Amino acid sequence: MSAPDPTLMPVGDVPAPAAASITRPGASRRTQLEEAVLPPLVALLLAAVVGDVLILTFGQSPGAVYRLLLDGTWGNAYGFGQVLYKATTLVFTGLAVALGLRAGLFNIGAESQLAAGGFCAALIGLVLPAGFPALLCLPVYILAAAIGGGAVGAVPGVLKARFGAHEVIVTIMLNFIVLALLNYLTSTRLHVPDTLHTAEIRSGRLPRLADLWPAFQGSAANVVIVLAILAMVGLWWFLFRTRRGFELRAVGLQPHAAEYGGIDVGGVTWRALALSGAIAGIGGLNYVLGYKHYYEEGFATGAGFLGIAVALVGRSHPLGIGLAALLFATLSQGGLAVNALVPKQMVDVLQAVVILAVATSVPEVRRLLRMRRGGGDR
Amino acid sequence: MILLAFLAQTLRIAIPYLLAAAGGVISERSGLIALTLEGYMLGGAFTAVWASYYSGSPWAGVAAAVAGGAVLALIYAVSAIRFRADQVVAGIAINLFAIGLTRYLLRLFFDSSSNSPRVAGFTVQGSGTGFGALLVNPLVWLGILVIPATAWLLYRTPFGLRVRAVGEHPTAAASVGVPVARVRYLAVLLSGMLAGLGGAYLALDQHQFTDGMTAGRGFIALAATIFGRWDPVRAGLACLLFAAAETLQIQLQGSQALPSQFVEMIPYVLTIVALAGVVGRAVAPAALGKTAIE
Repeated sequence: MSAPDPTLMPVGDVPAPAAASITRPGASRRTQLEEAVLPPLVALLLAAVVGDVLILTFGQSPGAVYRLLLDGTWGNAYGFGQVLYKATTLVFTGLAVALGLRAGLFNIGAESQLAAGGFCAALIGLVLPAGFPALLCLPVYILAAAIGGGAVGAVPGVLKARFGAHEVIVTIMLNFIVLALLNYLTSTRLHVPDTLHTAEIRSGRLPRLADLWPAFQGSAANVVIVLAILAMVGLWWFLFRTRRGFELRAVGLQPHAAEYGGIDVGGVTWRALALSGAIAGIGGLNYVLGYKHYYEEGFATGAGFLGIAVALVGRSHPLGIGLAALLFATLSQGGLAVNALVPKQMVDVLQAVVILAVATSVPEVRRLLRMRRGGGDR
Repeated sequence: MILLAFLAQTLRIAIPYLLAAAGGVISERSGLIALTLEGYMLGGAFTAVWASYYSGSPWAGVAAAVAGGAVLALIYAVSAIRFRADQVVAGIAINLFAIGLTRYLLRLFFDSSSNSPRVAGFTVQGSGTGFGALLVNPLVWLGILVIPATAWLLYRTPFGLRVRAVGEHPTAAASVGVPVARVRYLAVLLSGMLAGLGGAYLALDQHQFTDGMTAGRGFIALAATIFGRWDPVRAGLACLLFAAAETLQIQLQGSQALPSQFVEMIPYVLTIVALAGVVGRAVAPAALGKTAIE
């Protein structure tokens, strides 16, 4: 065998797998940038090729389809508004997943944490009286959504810290459990007859962007997008400018070293997952406060899983996550725009291709870059 | 008679779980996380219907399901083994890929966004739900036999020994000449084929493909794999347990004794309990999920 067998590298004491999706500290700025930017580019290229094949099998011209996709998303205010609305939710789930990744933890539960956050916010909305002061409303809703999502996130965190239960499996299983529970509560106790949603909240609705710029008329984009931007800034500050954030990243990069350095690894673990869940939960406000004003079953189906894609493509950096959220939101909305020419399901395939291509090219790009530098550090 | 009907219904529900969980055990014992079972099943279900529809033979469907599951498994294996992609991310991508692609192909071949036309399958519709109707279906037999066969493969053959070795300690296995990557490729391909068969059973039993028809069954099979502590026989028993709970819920549907949502939760709750080690800790193969790390 000429090259060393890649399957043999992993054994022994290794950093948590999630750390592989984060640009390594220590490398030069240029290398860091290349390692961050190349995989998404490779992924987009591959997605374009797969997209061409799918479009051609349907007997359409790729150029026309891609043009329609762009026209229907960034080409008019309504489409762009829809992109912004979808990106808002994805920023929250993406940040949630990224926070976990920074701590070396894989939170697959954003799907149910988002739903739980939206559910708790809608529940509070049923309790708050109509005249409740608007200034107090938002903090109450944010708290409710954060508690809802955070509680769901804390469960795998505590199980991991206390019993070493693998958070990937626990969060997946918890998705099914929480969604079934919310389904039960909604369908038997809280729903408006003949619908799958709760009654509308009475106070604290947030204005849509269309109320400020009439061009956005009809689109769901609303001022929760401001919260999303604040969350991006806040998470950046937390991760890179606070002690707690440093401890979290230390645990993600090398848990044993972190423990040796006096960091409470178990505590960081469960707090990271609880905070991750809370961020995902706040994402539920985009729908409940900004768009429909009630909790509806399946209001954000898929947004949790796409959050994983967003965190991955955005390299777990708040700025990257913002851009990746726009990319995936564009694809989602673009699918609807091209549906007349090709099945909108095409974009589901493309999203999966992007995820798979980024996942496969991250280690490969790093290896090639290192080889080019003469295999310096390992 | 009621008991017999209960058992027949349980077996009917358990077959796809058994096939997929056998695949899950093999894949995870070799060190590769089997999040992808759901995707394999969905792919197998679609290719089974597609091939049955165009050939008129359910056997062609079975063969196509094996191939369909294997193709998805190959993509996963190449990503995770050759390119060292993170297994969790790659697994999720494979599932999303299977959902998206089957939807796309449903539109392409059958011009529908919900379901395919009817196909023959092995069972004659209206032949009842008892054991008689069940046992004429060769896939049912396959589902019953797959558990002892997997146990034999893992514990009584050189290949099985290698699978277990590369899942526990790949460097040790390599040092005695086991081709680690090749064993893992074979194990993942086998898991794709088995889960694909599970999908074929589902689709042929319902005589059509419907969008997202696996509805989380692959994850129940994964739950059974873990709850069965990565042992084929225990995983098989877990499948039967989960299927029995579902059957009970269907039989009790009128009585409102237990909301269906709570029965749905049973496999997932049990798995979390098993992972937390409340009753006998579930310990995963040592190298599970670690093919990708530098």
